[in-house]
Amino acid sequence: MSAALELRSEIDNLISKGEAQRAYLRICELWRNEKAPGSAAFVVSRAERLRDRLPFVPYRLAILRSFTVEPIVPILRASAFCYGIDLTVLVGDFNAYAQEILEKESSVYRFAPDAVILAVRTADIAGDLWQDFADLGSDDAGKSARRVISNFEQWIRAFRSRSQAALIVHNFEQPERPTFGLLDLQREASQSALVEQINREMRRISLENHGVYLLDYDALVSRHGRLRWGDTRKWLTARLPIAADQLLHLAVEWLRFIVPLSGKLAKVLVVDLDNTLWGGVIGEDGMDGVKLGPEYPGAAYLALQRVLLDLSRRGILLAICSKNNSDEAMEMMEKHAGMLLRPQNFAAIRINWQDKVQNLREIAAELNIGLDAIAFLDDNPVEREHVRVALPEVFIIDLPKDPIEYAAALRDFPGFERLTFSVEDRQKTEMYAAQRQRIEAAQNFQSKEEFFHYLQQEAEIVPLTPATLGRISQLTQKTNQFNLTTRRYSEQQIAEIGASSAARVFSIRVRDRFGDHGLAGVAITRDQGDVREIDTFLLSCRVIGRTVETALLSFLAQDAASRGLKRMQGWFFPTKKNAPAREFYREHGFATQDTNGRGSLWVFDLAAPIPCPEWIHLRKPTEIEI
Amino acid sequence: MTAAIFEQVRGMASDLFGVPLDQISPASSPANIETWDSTAHLNLVLALEERYGFQISPEEMEKMQSIADVTTLVESKLRSTAGQQR
Repeated sequence: MSAALELRSEIDNLISKGEAQRAYLRICELWRNEKAPGSAAFVVSRAERLRDRLPFVPYRLAILRSFTVEPIVPILRASAFCYGIDLTVLVGDFNAYAQEILEKESSVYRFAPDAVILAVRTADIAGDLWQDFADLGSDDAGKSARRVISNFEQWIRAFRSRSQAALIVHNFEQPERPTFGLLDLQREASQSALVEQINREMRRISLENHGVYLLDYDALVSRHGRLRWGDTRKWLTARLPIAADQLLHLAVEWLRFIVPLSGKLAKVLVVDLDNTLWGGVIGEDGMDGVKLGPEYPGAAYLALQRVLLDLSRRGILLAICSKNNSDEAMEMMEKHAGMLLRPQNFAAIRINWQDKVQNLREIAAELNIGLDAIAFLDDNPVEREHVRVALPEVFIIDLPKDPIEYAAALRDFPGFERLTFSVEDRQKTEMYAAQRQRIEAAQNFQSKEEFFHYLQQEAEIVPLTPATLGRISQLTQKTNQFNLTTRRYSEQQIAEIGASSAARVFSIRVRDRFGDHGLAGVAITRDQGDVREIDTFLLSCRVIGRTVETALLSFLAQDAASRGLKRMQGWFFPTKKNAPAREFYREHGFATQDTNGRGSLWVFDLAAPIPCPEWIHLRKPTEIEI
Repeated sequence: MTAAIFEQVRGMASDLFGVPLDQISPASSPANIETWDSTAHLNLVLALEERYGFQISPEEMEKMQSIADVTTLVESKLRSTAGQQR
């Protein structure tokens, strides 16, 4: 029996024996070996059998389209399962995307998707620009481009008013061969310039509408080669315009959006050193012998370091987990002329001969994040497999054999994709450095109170504005530990909550003598009758244990009392991770009123204030109505 | 019909149609495999193209009426691609 068949029967055996976790690891191994249309159905059907046994994240996706996408769906679902996402996919009717968006009760809205992909090809929406371009006068061509833009603007706005789902919109591909050949770029009325113009406007429309994200379909096609991408015969017979060996690439591009949208976010990249950040083994080859620099083969490792640096500028923390003598490795990192990264680029460093699993646990604890926020990069497949089995929550980045391909493999990893970017992301590495200073300072004080006074914390209540919307949504998506209700909200949902008159969205900005934490807490409230309900109350892990939560709660109480409300109440829903928030309401004088299967309801009588800690200087906005 | 290609085609058909391997024979066809519908047929064509790196024409697609037909087609296409390379 071939290895591929053996793996399949091993998977079926493990499933029938009820060994869900081991079966899942083998399913993912099969998919890594055979990422192809042929094996997708097997992977999906077997992963579906593990649904009740494994903590997959359910996610609902609708695909509205002008071409056949059905054969891509199993490939997408197989890939998603291997990122722990159980996708339910609705494919809209062929070329019915406009009705499906415009009709309020359409099957798409009834499906209640988490995200919608709008995949329309240039040829299908603007046939005149695509194939009849030679017959168009320049006025008509311009009119046709404007029609496409205004249609999309109308559809996207209609969608936004009917659904809170994220919307992923394909932009438009350029023709393989412009109608006028070389002349196209030499004259005023250019076919490719019109497609560019439409794409530029699509970018504007997506930026103007919250939760609308542009997928650069034209760049995707050109990345994989325009001539190899298409398959005219499949288009003419099955309305499938994409060649069999390119289907995976579209699925992967979709997945780059779905992974972060579904909340699967890698926040820390833990890297190996030898043969990963440089070629060779520092302990054997020495600083003069390792390969790192602008020439081959050192250039491959330098390129990988460049990706790491780019990731850290995007807010991904870097950490090291390496089996080495610490002195030699640190000397290499500090002194080698080819190193782009230096020790200060890393938020945590473990260079020792300990088991990597233990090191990863320690890194997670030190950085105060869950193991499911860690991505692990190591050239050694044995170490990768060891971590994969022992810590199934950790993202494993599979490196190809050839170091020349390392940088691209890392750039393609979807766990680092983000659809919003905040100032806080950019400053994260400095923030963690400040955090280390705080921890060191804390050890010099006898009491917590003394330390809190020394910190000179300043907190500011910040209202919802377009500038804070992205960060607030991001905090609801990412915060797991100090989070009372763990409700996740998209930017679009936050905007809608903010627009309703009974609801309020507050955030808190915190700084102290060591630095700025940025927006580090969120509270969402709804007032009804004489009760203020706390829908969401969360604090970034960076400021847990500094009594900032008390300051925020005291503001909520004071604000509610000033509006004449009598009581404040909030649910606590326990999760695997939010133990730090469990006693929050009790400690602040709330009484349990109710419990159900999901959690407990706590109530506070607003007759008495909740005092703000004396060591926090709390600034309130003069006007918080928005 | 070589055993090697038949086994490969059979494996793919088993995955794509969701039918156990031992229930797929050269005589298996859309008539006796319920899940072998037009969507599954397109998926089979795409899986073969991706795996072997050749293109299947609409005419060839219609001739694929049993696992034996599919195997014969794959063999003849692999022979002609090999011929071109020489």
